[in-house]
Amino acid sequence: FPKQTFSLCCKPFRCRSLPARRKYMRSPLVPEMATQEVQLNETLSHLKTESDTLKTKLEEERAKLHDVELHQVAEKVDGLGQFVMKTRRTLKGHGNKVLCMDWCKDKRRIVSSSQDGKVIVWDAFTTNKEHAVTMPCTWVMACAYAPSGCAVACGGLDNKCSVYPLSLDKNENLAAKKKSVAMHTNYLSACSFTNSDMQILTSSGDGTCALWDVESGQLLQSFHGHAADVLCLDLAPSETGNTFVSGGCDKKANVWDMRSGQCIQSFETHESDINSVRYYPSGDAFASGSDDATCRLYDLRADREVAIYSKESIIFGVSSVDFSLSGRLLFGGYNDYTINVWDVLKGTRVSILFGHENRVSTLRVSPDGTAFCSGSWDHTLRTWA
Amino acid sequence: MARDMSDKEILKMELDQLKKEVSTARTPLAANCAQTVSMVEELFPNDPLIKGVSDEKNPYKGDKGGCTVT
Repeated sequence: FPKQTFSLCCKPFRCRSLPARRKYMRSPLVPEMATQEVQLNETLSHLKTESDTLKTKLEEERAKLHDVELHQVAEKVDGLGQFVMKTRRTLKGHGNKVLCMDWCKDKRRIVSSSQDGKVIVWDAFTTNKEHAVTMPCTWVMACAYAPSGCAVACGGLDNKCSVYPLSLDKNENLAAKKKSVAMHTNYLSACSFTNSDMQILTSSGDGTCALWDVESGQLLQSFHGHAADVLCLDLAPSETGNTFVSGGCDKKANVWDMRSGQCIQSFETHESDINSVRYYPSGDAFASGSDDATCRLYDLRADREVAIYSKESIIFGVSSVDFSLSGRLLFGGYNDYTINVWDVLKGTRVSILFGHENRVSTLRVSPDGTAFCSGSWDHTLRTWA
Repeated sequence: MARDMSDKEILKMELDQLKKEVSTARTPLAANCAQTVSMVEELFPNDPLIKGVSDEKNPYKGDKGGCTVT
């Protein structure tokens, strides 16, 4: 009988309590299915061959347009001078690993979520905690601020995304007003409001992304295409239309049309899970950070990867990436506790920021670009400027 | 959901996607990179994290938010 193969993805993964992510897992066979298995294998290998042929063709088409490298075009651009960036505030209060954070549009408030099950809203200038919610589950892996600043969304191992309206009354129990919006069949890895408080986009360990109506909880559109857990997503800047990008454990970054649910572009150059994706300020490109210790930049018009940000000395995975306001700097939070700052155009590293005492798990630049905030497994968040 | 799909279904899904993508419209890198570089050069002078912010306007000035004595 054909040998049973059962490959588990065993690597230092983010949540030890989660089932291992699978890559092309074969289900155990029953002996009577031996002949069927032979047929299945023929079809599978046929599909694989066809798939590989197309992948080669796609690479050829993309290579035709590879007439220049980004750093070559950027040769005449002035190098970045020395600039100082240091921790300006440390936000302490979480009892366990900080997993996610997001800025409010007022450029001052921050929402963060943690393994301890708590979601906290902070004033980043004063470090005061303004609100705190205890979720019914631990590992709150995703949180997001509503554009209006009046609500936050969060979720994780509960497989849901819930919205909490923020009350002006500090004594009010926020948990009472909780609204369950999204329901997935596996953990929630990321969430984001669209342009309004009315819709939320989610990604999940179940391999899908979905768009939900907040008020009714109705599923508006679902996005299928990833072959394994989806770990991150980012919406295109509003001016550039209705698309978003997602990254997953299948090493793919997919660009989706929000209205049709179709995947319009797909990139598979990373060598491991993609933990973070972020659109470029122009909307014509996006960056990704991966467990393969590299950040990469993909140009959507040329439909290819245009830059890799890596060094031989950097061997730990990237958990999160974001751009500075002009798109000149790319910040990457790494599992070796550091933040590396890259010159996007020249492809070189301009700075390493130390301070966190454990993995950096999340990183976002403030809406006006004056600062960025990082969250870490060391239970704290830091704002840098 | 990807976890519930068989290997065959996943391969089929990838194949269908690849067929669509092969005919995507693409433009050469040189023009796109030049555009990216010029966009950055335009926005660069106003990037607060690169150029810095004067102390008067900097909300993070100093180590602490300050204290008020009542």
